Amino acid sequence: MSDRSEEACPGQVPVPSNMAEIRKAALRQPTKTPMPMQDPEVRSRNFSEVELGYDFDLAFNESHRCISCGDPKCIPYCPVEINIRGMIDHLKKGDIEAAYQEIVKTNLFPSITGRVCPQENQCEMVCVKGIKGQPVGIGYLEKYLADWARKNGVRPHAELWPPNGRAIAIIGSGPAGLAAAAELVRLGYRCTIFEALHRPGGVLLYGIPEFRLPKQIVDFEIDNLRGLGVEIVCNALVGRTITLDEIQEQFDAVMIGTGAGLPYFMGIAGEELSGVYSANEYLTRANLMNARSFPAEPTPIRVGDRVAVVGGGNVAMDGARVAKRLGAATVDVVYRRTQAEMPARADEVHHAMEEGINFLFLHNPVTIYGGEDGWVREMEMVRMELGEPDQSGRRRPVIIPDSNFRKPYDVVIMAIGQGPNPLLATLTPYLVTNKWGQLVIDPKSLRVHLKDDAAHRPAEEAAVLAEDAGPAGPEGPVRIPVICAGGDIIGSQAGAGGTVIAAMGHGKIAARTIHEMLVERYPELANSLEIAAGS
Amino acid sequence: MPDQTTAGTCRTLSGKNYRIRQKRVLVAGDDGIVLAEVEAPLIARHAQAGQFVIVRTHEHSERIPLTLAAWDKAAGTITLIYQVVGHSTREMAAVEEGGTFTDILGPLGSPITVKKHPHPVICIGGGVGVAPIWPKVKDLFELGNEVITIIGARTQRLLILEQELRPVSTELIVTTDDGSYGQKGFVTERLHEVIAARNGQISEVIAVGPIPMMDAVVKEMAGKSFREAFDPSVDYDPRRIPLIVSLNPIMVDGTGMCGGCRVQLWDPSKGQYEARFSCVDGPAFDGYAVDFRTLTRRNRQYLDSEKRTREAAASDAETAAAPAVETGQARNRETGESR
Ligand SMILES: Cc1cc2nc3c(=O)[nH]c(=O)nc-3n(C[C@H](O)[C@H](O)[C@H](O)COP(=O)(O)OP(=O)(O)OC[C@H]3O[C@@H](n4cnc5c(N)ncnc54)[C@H](O)[C@@H]3O)c2cc1C
Ligand SMILES: Cc1cc2nc3c(=O)[nH]c(=O)nc-3n(C[C@H](O)[C@H](O)[C@H](O)COP(=O)(O)OP(=O)(O)OC[C@H]3O[C@@H](n4cnc5c(N)ncnc54)[C@H](O)[C@@H]3O)c2cc1C
Ligand code: SF4
Ligand code: FES
Repeated sequence: MSDRSEEACPGQVPVPSNMAEIRKAALRQPTKTPMPMQDPEVRSRNFSEVELGYDFDLAFNESHRCISCGDPKCIPYCPVEINIRGMIDHLKKGDIEAAYQEIVKTNLFPSITGRVCPQENQCEMVCVKGIKGQPVGIGYLEKYLADWARKNGVRPHAELWPPNGRAIAIIGSGPAGLAAAAELVRLGYRCTIFEALHRPGGVLLYGIPEFRLPKQIVDFEIDNLRGLGVEIVCNALVGRTITLDEIQEQFDAVMIGTGAGLPYFMGIAGEELSGVYSANEYLTRANLMNARSFPAEPTPIRVGDRVAVVGGGNVAMDGARVAKRLGAATVDVVYRRTQAEMPARADEVHHAMEEGINFLFLHNPVTIYGGEDGWVREMEMVRMELGEPDQSGRRRPVIIPDSNFRKPYDVVIMAIGQGPNPLLATLTPYLVTNKWGQLVIDPKSLRVHLKDDAAHRPAEEAAVLAEDAGPAGPEGPVRIPVICAGGDIIGSQAGAGGTVIAAMGHGKIAARTIHEMLVERYPELANSLEIAAGS
Repeated sequence: MPDQTTAGTCRTLSGKNYRIRQKRVLVAGDDGIVLAEVEAPLIARHAQAGQFVIVRTHEHSERIPLTLAAWDKAAGTITLIYQVVGHSTREMAAVEEGGTFTDILGPLGSPITVKKHPHPVICIGGGVGVAPIWPKVKDLFELGNEVITIIGARTQRLLILEQELRPVSTELIVTTDDGSYGQKGFVTERLHEVIAARNGQISEVIAVGPIPMMDAVVKEMAGKSFREAFDPSVDYDPRRIPLIVSLNPIMVDGTGMCGGCRVQLWDPSKGQYEARFSCVDGPAFDGYAVDFRTLTRRNRQYLDSEKRTREAAASDAETAAAPAVETGQARNRETGESR
């Protein structure tokens, strides 16, 4: 990685002598300070990070575009309410370290969110600088500060409470689980993360490609958690390798962050053909299993000359850009609406276009045709137009009659979305799911609803637990399970969902709920809470 | 290195690696078959007949699905039986007793429900597919069923588990394609005879083996000639005999996350094929509903790539050439002969 912030750099940089001029020029600068990037021609053939990152001068300049609003609009639009203005104010004074510490008060993984947050729908959407010109590059600054800290060995100042003897199980090592672990381990809990795959990270690892989020960074953050004492158990599919009941016997509380791991197909003819992939499979082969290094790495992937990617979200962009990098000659993104409605991060759409990905907007596949050998040969599509707005407010795409046509393809990647991972709920009779398959939770506390709270426990077991719980409290003699859930497994039930930062926000809320409930059950834990509050 | 703090390596819950406690070469040679008893206490505790695991031999291996052939809850071990067919299985076969696999995930898939049936049950295993039927035969037999086991192989050398299956089968029929051992011919011929001999009074047929074998079993049982072979006075439809097959599509995660393992199953209510994920909905399915043609094609998706991996590995190992499976251990052949 050729990060420009690589060079060692002290936490406080002397303010340049021409500070006043920089400031004046920056305030008038209508657009973001350009992000140094790999050339599109070059990068569409490698997996190195596309955005090289600001150096101090660029970050300093960008920070001075911010007018330090008295009532900053950006902050409430950040899902974890980072004190953005405070962070930028420090940077304006050259205090990199303080700026970094300001972020990590609320977001422990800025090196990840600085790269993957859809800032244009969050903080940057409402930044006053965006009214005339471009908003402040809040995401770019976050990435700069996080990378600076990583390179310089600076860690969050957050305090670490001594072990309190209580144990929490976290199911799934995606952003929701990692964030919950980060919070709980600091409060003194023994945290164990159970992950089904052979490496932790969830979508950060198997979905989002290297050129957007280097695996080194995910590994770095996870190693830090381990350094704090978080234990990660891989190859543990909860429900199969170990049941939720068994976990509850060994742990005081559970956080479920099992994600949206169920790939959807369109249900059109030809999806069974060889060469038709779900984006999940395609990306998992390329990222987690390193198929791009085939045959040095043994997992294969079909590259093909002509690739179609169906969908308009981040997943589709990632699929298309991976296909290009693997060596496909042409890559078409087939999306049934227009660019304006695309749910993908604006930056990624832009990058994809620069890299030579074609976009077939207002197109929808109807059938995939294969040859005698069972391989994909062509895809039949229809043209669409936008009609009346639907419930989501987006204009509904309508088929233009008799607009069918066929186009030759060797590989078709379906990136039309995915549903909540159904496995745990299917195998755990007392978890409740809604019609979308999400775990039903209380939107404030993120506690999961249980069919018949606690009654699922056999009587003998309940008795043992009751003893363990001490004298009958307000909950009665039976210990009520403390189970929370967050991330894609709960969707948008607790506000906007489906993003890395939303999942991390859920992880934090779940951690707080778990702590509060355990304090109620084990009053001695309150001492640590008081100390925590008092410091 | 269970406690190493790189994101690549995780702890197992027991804190132990997946160590091979015992290894037996069932069939020697380049297409050899190995039995490995591996320490995996959690998997052993939860395993049920019909389930499988996903194995990675080392840090740079593919994820390879293998059926749980047996398990011992008390000893905390699982038994895997695998045939060398390509690069990854060759690597697995090269791990010796005392050595470890880096990752084993399981038990995966939906278990096969075993119960006491009114009539006999037929279990068919072909080739290395004899391994997956072993736990089913055992469970069915222990529940007091009359279990007729038919196992087949191309030739005597490749026949496995005859000794193990005999005590848990009411009747054991052995076939080889070339007649080098047991009865000459395909398992389907024996199946036909057995069902005919009982005039269709069979509660269930379970067939596991190479795709062409399972396909042949389905065709046999659904075929017209089959129906005509029975006493016409009995209103008999052989498609009434439940037929379970266990499929082996190409898999990646084995947890339902990628859809690569999808197979086409006929849905009579919709009058069309529907995709099902073998790793969670299966791997056992109603044999009559399976679209074997698509499965065959999908399993051939990476033939070229697989050849390239083998070639790359072969040129790497040119100097240190050692046969994948040590020869000289002819235990299975001996047992075959001692019958
Ligand atoms: C290709 C792709 C690109 C994306 N790009 C962006 C982006 O740019 N910006 C953005 O904000 N969001 C993006 N998203 C969405 C974002 O990644 C998800 O919203 C987020 O990862 C959800 O986090 P999570 O913790 O809920 O689950 P996940 O990240 O899905 O992790 C869940 C983990 O739980 C494990 N698991 C599941 N079931 C079990 C079980 N029973 N036992 C043990 N482990 C289990 C899974 O193996 C997985 O590792 C993208 C998603 C994809 C697929
Ligand atoms: C549920 C299930 C249970 C299985 N149980 C057993 C078993 O108990 N014993 C046994 O010997 N084999 C079993 N198999 C098959 C075994 O997984 C394959 O033989 C193995 O993956 C081949 O890998 P290879 O690299 O050695 O061969 P390759 O040269 O890569 O491939 C040889 C053939 O194996 C199949 N194959 C390749 N990669 C995979 C993959 N990732 N997943 C599935 N199939 C693949 C393909 O059809 C391919 O043409 C099982 C497969 C499944 C899906
Ligand atoms: S809204 Fe924009 S200008 Fe105002 S404080 Fe936030 S980043 Fe700065
Ligand atoms: S192997 Fe990935 S969904 Fe079954």
